[in-house]
Amino acid sequence: MAPPSYSRGLRGLSLLTVGVITLALALVFFYAPLDANQGFIQKIFYLHVPLAIVSLCGFVLGGILAAIFLRTGDRRWDMRSYCAIHMSLILSVGGLVTGSIWAKASWGHWWVWQEPTLVSYLIVILLFATYQPLRFSIEDPERQARYAAVFACTAAVFVPMNFAMVRLATAYVHPRVLNLEGGNLPGPMKLTFYISLLGIALLFATLMKFEMTAKEARMQTRRLRRSLLGDDAVTPLKRSAAPV
Amino acid sequence: MSLPFAAPALPLHSAGPYVAAAYIVFVALILVYVVIMVIRVTRNQRDIAKLADELRARELQEEHDREISDVA
Repeated sequence: MAPPSYSRGLRGLSLLTVGVITLALALVFFYAPLDANQGFIQKIFYLHVPLAIVSLCGFVLGGILAAIFLRTGDRRWDMRSYCAIHMSLILSVGGLVTGSIWAKASWGHWWVWQEPTLVSYLIVILLFATYQPLRFSIEDPERQARYAAVFACTAAVFVPMNFAMVRLATAYVHPRVLNLEGGNLPGPMKLTFYISLLGIALLFATLMKFEMTAKEARMQTRRLRRSLLGDDAVTPLKRSAAPV
Repeated sequence: MSLPFAAPALPLHSAGPYVAAAYIVFVALILVYVVIMVIRVTRNQRDIAKLADELRARELQEEHDREISDVA
């Protein structure tokens, strides 16, 4: 089977991402009106909410890709799942920090432990933060991939469950940007929000593709070295959390 | 829980640094990731260049050996 070419379309995707994020920033600061209640501080929402949504969707995607790996046994799906979770963790840290900055400005506290949305998001992040140490703790690559996939599937199921439970909770102070009726944002704010969401989703896709391209290139270099110079020329792989 | 969601809006000079901090954190996060990836890709490129050099040296050696056997 021919090796997958993850680099195909990467340049176009990167340019599109830069374009959409630039447009989103322009809309955030020059088009979207100031919020009547929160004023300028509400501009953080155009970054914080898309980061949180995309990172949670990325965790679920990681679980779905892991399930495909368990079904097919094809290691490429394990790598895709790993990259999705890896990127989601990075974006979720961004979501957490930007949310804390907003909370400090709006509520006067960096963190509110009584707020179910915040705590449940933190629990999801901490749950997925154990994914890499779990992989690292297993030396055999086959077992590592299998156990990590089972973990990713289980943890991914936890994400929508967590989301639903938080929605059902009555006592919250965390604002709701979206609901089934489309939320209560006025038109220009809604447009800006959706463009920002698209920008962050594209950023996730670009970085994930970039990561997969880099990993594939590394593997191909190793294979090339082995076929050209023999097994002795290839240094044994060090223990790693990343798929090999 | 006494934290009101509809807190009074911060004036621009107070809210500005918070908004700037949030966007700077985001840019810094992406920048750190990109720098790490650039380091990895550069290392891989160096490996590929080394492999190409070794391949070229091997081809030259084979060519040289062939010339010697032809002369002999």
